[in-house]
Amino acid sequence: MTEIERHSYDVVVIGAGGSGLRAAIEARLQGKKTAIISKSLLGKAHTVMAEGGAAAAMGNVNPNDNWQVHFRDTMRGGKFLNNWRMAELHAKEAPDRVWELEHWGALFDRTKDGKISQRNFGGHEYPRLAHVGDRTGLELIRTVQQKVVALQQEDHREFGDYEARLKVWAETTVTRLLVQDGKIAGVFAYVRETGRFVVLEAPAVVLATGGIGKAFKVTSNSWEYTGDGHALALLAGGTLLNMEFVQFHPTGMVWPPSVKGILVTESVRGDRGILLNSEGKRFMFKYIPEVFKDKYATTPEEADRWYDDPDNNRRPPELLPRDEVARAINTEVKEGRGSPHGGVFLTVVGRMPGGAEEIKRRLPAMHHQFKELADVDITSEPMEVGPTCHYVMGGVEVDPDTAAALVPGLFAAGEVAGGMHGSNRLGGNSLTDLLVFGRRAGMGAAEYVDALGEDRPAPAQEEIDRAVAEALAPFEREGGENPYAVHAELQQTMNDLVGIIRTEEELKQALEALDKLRTRVANVSVQGGHGYNPGWHLALDLRNMLIVSECIAKAALERTESRGGHTREDHPGMSAEWRKVNLVCRLAGNADDPRVELKRQPMEPMREDLIALFDNDELKKYLTAEELPAEAKDAAVTTKEGDK
Amino acid sequence: MSTVEAPGKKRAQIAARTLRTDNWRGYPIFVVVVFTAWVAYATVRAMMGKYYWVDEYHYLTPFYSPCVSESCVEGSAHFGTFLPKLPFFIPFAAISLPFLLLFRLTCYYYRKAYYRGYWASPSACAVREPHAKYTGERRFPLVGQNLHRYFWAIAAVISLINTYDALLAFHGKDGGFGIGLGSLILLANVVLLWGYTLSCHSCRHIVGGRLKNFSKHPVRYWAWGVVSKLNERHGQFALITLGSLVVADLYVALVSGGAISDLRIYN
Amino acid sequence: MSYQAKFRVWRGDDGDGELVDYTVEVNEGEVVLDIIHRLQATQAPDLAVRWNCKAGKCGSCSAEINGMPRLMCMTRMSTFTEDETITVTPVRTFPVIRDLVTDVSFNYEKARQIPSFDPGDTKPGEFRMMQQDVQRSQEFRKCIECFLCNNVCHVIRDHEENKPQFAGPRFLMRIAELEMHPADESDRRQIAQDDHGLGFCNITKCCTEVCPEHIKITDNALIPMKERVAGKRYDPLVWLGSKLGIVKKGQDTPSA
Repeated sequence: MTEIERHSYDVVVIGAGGSGLRAAIEARLQGKKTAIISKSLLGKAHTVMAEGGAAAAMGNVNPNDNWQVHFRDTMRGGKFLNNWRMAELHAKEAPDRVWELEHWGALFDRTKDGKISQRNFGGHEYPRLAHVGDRTGLELIRTVQQKVVALQQEDHREFGDYEARLKVWAETTVTRLLVQDGKIAGVFAYVRETGRFVVLEAPAVVLATGGIGKAFKVTSNSWEYTGDGHALALLAGGTLLNMEFVQFHPTGMVWPPSVKGILVTESVRGDRGILLNSEGKRFMFKYIPEVFKDKYATTPEEADRWYDDPDNNRRPPELLPRDEVARAINTEVKEGRGSPHGGVFLTVVGRMPGGAEEIKRRLPAMHHQFKELADVDITSEPMEVGPTCHYVMGGVEVDPDTAAALVPGLFAAGEVAGGMHGSNRLGGNSLTDLLVFGRRAGMGAAEYVDALGEDRPAPAQEEIDRAVAEALAPFEREGGENPYAVHAELQQTMNDLVGIIRTEEELKQALEALDKLRTRVANVSVQGGHGYNPGWHLALDLRNMLIVSECIAKAALERTESRGGHTREDHPGMSAEWRKVNLVCRLAGNADDPRVELKRQPMEPMREDLIALFDNDELKKYLTAEELPAEAKDAAVTTKEGDK
Repeated sequence: MSTVEAPGKKRAQIAARTLRTDNWRGYPIFVVVVFTAWVAYATVRAMMGKYYWVDEYHYLTPFYSPCVSESCVEGSAHFGTFLPKLPFFIPFAAISLPFLLLFRLTCYYYRKAYYRGYWASPSACAVREPHAKYTGERRFPLVGQNLHRYFWAIAAVISLINTYDALLAFHGKDGGFGIGLGSLILLANVVLLWGYTLSCHSCRHIVGGRLKNFSKHPVRYWAWGVVSKLNERHGQFALITLGSLVVADLYVALVSGGAISDLRIYN
Repeated sequence: MSYQAKFRVWRGDDGDGELVDYTVEVNEGEVVLDIIHRLQATQAPDLAVRWNCKAGKCGSCSAEINGMPRLMCMTRMSTFTEDETITVTPVRTFPVIRDLVTDVSFNYEKARQIPSFDPGDTKPGEFRMMQQDVQRSQEFRKCIECFLCNNVCHVIRDHEENKPQFAGPRFLMRIAELEMHPADESDRRQIAQDDHGLGFCNITKCCTEVCPEHIKITDNALIPMKERVAGKRYDPLVWLGSKLGIVKKGQDTPSA
């Protein structure tokens, strides 16, 4: 019935953000005919939103920095739940990836001696983030986009066709991975402009679809972040790792409604910004947890001295880790001390010695953002902020070196891949994650294609027919629900019940609610034509968000501890036993109506030379006694005796 | 070079010339009124052949500077009279006025203003222009706009001459130093003229803009920074100097013709 | 707080369509894109609109609001009076796909024709560039590719036949960015004029007027490029110098 275009590639990359483009560049450099599928136009991906920078231990500002220090910071940030091999590769390769960008034309801010400048950021021991003002993500995506163009120009010279070996499918959405005999055979997609279907046959597919933020009501993520790659991997037989870890950024805008969730950068707090509740009280002093008591100031006077004299004073509590601040704001609002629009106040008014001029100079982007979007002048008015869903640490389970998922021929890189960031991601690690593992995924895919030789699996017609039927189903159903309404309810459910603070009871409620939503998602209907129909698109995205939401809720219920981006009110402590456990989601049961299944999987012990990079005292905070290296165990015994 | 294929699809067909609801006609009307009035005034004054010199205070209007025709009254020719007596339609400052006109005609600011105002190409942003064809500045005569830098260089020399004139205008009744309102007006005019001349885009290019590496040329980088700052106000200088030229000229003409007497501050 | 606003939105595809009237709720603090989304969710579920970040950082939601090219996410409703009728149309210069969505492939094709960054023999990690040398190009790299400048430019907006020979402000600025890149070794001045239509530009500055990133496209990119081209092509002294062998002529880089 429906005419379906077919094309053949060696590698298909789904996603055109930093990791997708980097993967495609690599596959093309390895000589593979590559397609990039972009849900939006090329260059609009969510990567552009990254502000802070790209963390790479180049040592340009502080020569003491090296990959070992970066590795340690990353593991600490992720509370030791990271896939240590990924953290190691990331720390080692990040500098080369950043230098490579420069070789492709990127213009980072410079140091006095003409090298790439690096800035301080939360959790990084040394100044480490290569940056361009506060628009580093834009620079990154534009650079890889322009590298794609450069490669197309090479092909144009050689073959007379820009798209001979590297084609971008703009505004195209994959709804199914096609699998034959357990191996990837291609993808089934639809082109938004015409609503027409297309099958791209390819033995290797790289997922680079980013995150899942749109499953939550308040998020810094754009509409594309609907967990497509996560869901596609599951539907193709892949697995997701540690989906319970979702990072909520403590300061997102809460007003006006149009920008609710949009990020207010951490630097506001780093530059003397303070948090106040509706009573005008600087409330963060109440929320310093026991483990941080010796590192954070207990009085406003001491906290204010820290900005100028960090050596002799303790840090202001506004600079506690993201999860702590997010929880504190959450509590203030819950207890009725929130701002008019359901957040708290963040203010720099009267906080800088240079007055309004200094605010404008130090926080130009924020000044601009509030002025243009909220009509708020931050030099004279406070900002209203609240937690916003920002990043998912969990993702497709992959092999660290090749980015290969469990399904042969499937690869994943960037936010959609799991493991690298453990339970909590450090600011700045995301951009280099995209580059390091984007490249590795492209290489892994190319190697896989080479090893496969001529023996490529071909997609079966009945599977394509099923994909067509599934995609068209929302048009067939009459009188079904409006997808916008169902989406709103899904977001509300996730926000209320699987948000920053979780309890067993609420998570169980969430799972029940999601169960009911499943029937409703299966019953949405849309009107209009196939070309550029936003309602239809949302109807298709709903399936993905629902599956991902179920994974998050199930994993969150299972993990009875609090760690990084997962906080259980009923299990507030971090447990060394739980650190050894990865929670893995897969789909099981009837293929037409599969259910999410969760299992525990032991974490592979860290290599000895990597363990040796840490102090024994530090290891004791995270590892069980039997995991500690021999001398640490001895030391543990000695200390105990010493204490007596 | 490969070209973009003719689009298969059509644009949104909207008949209205523009859907703008703001006062977009304001600027082009302003330009036409002001420029037309100015050119009329300047033409009349340049050809008038009188009221350009106040011997008592050594005021010389910029419209007659440098006065180089044998027709120039005594004292007004600071650089000699190497041109013969001229027919009425050639101004006494025949060696400077054409270049000043060309300098302003090829100026990047004035181009914007008259393309918008007189040529409606376009009258305002997102307002459809009436022309069937558009070739821009690619052919004769408009390709000549690229000579702006030479007219700038000449204009800079003329600005020096104007400066000299303005300094001579600090001349008292007794032949020594003196200050009158006229000297101040001529001085202010010359300062503004320098503002206009130095803020020129070609100047910005020549001073340092053409360099690829500023760090190897610290002095030129500094100069480029100064010119860049001025350049942000180039359009303002262009308009203000139109006014200041008229004020300076009119003042000299009125004093010279005896309609008013100069307001003396010192001597 | 909230009121009913009058909207006229262009609906249609393949060029044919009309302005459709809607009355729609507006709440405090909203932008035009919010209202378009409300129309989608309540009255016109298939109203096509392109958007992504909703924070003025991706440049997707370009349209014309009361005739002026703007980003819908950056146009606050508070800039209009409550009794004003707000007209929203797709950008004019590019063919319409449906409703407010246009086919902007013109821009991606132009991007491909401009020779990429050319680092010469410098190896990754070996670049030494000073801040003052990179800052000019950095301004141009702020571009979010909303293509409002290419849309507003009358050279192609009012004269579609010029499209093959004119890259638009966006990509002439890209040439300027590369020409001012301290480590780039190509010379694109010749093609800027011959292939990409710098000479079409009559510096009427509409590109600068509509740029949501407030990049000074005309003053900092196009005019400096015109001056560079003038230096190479239209400067009689340079011409004389090259005839006499005083001025060395470099290699011109062809379009890609």
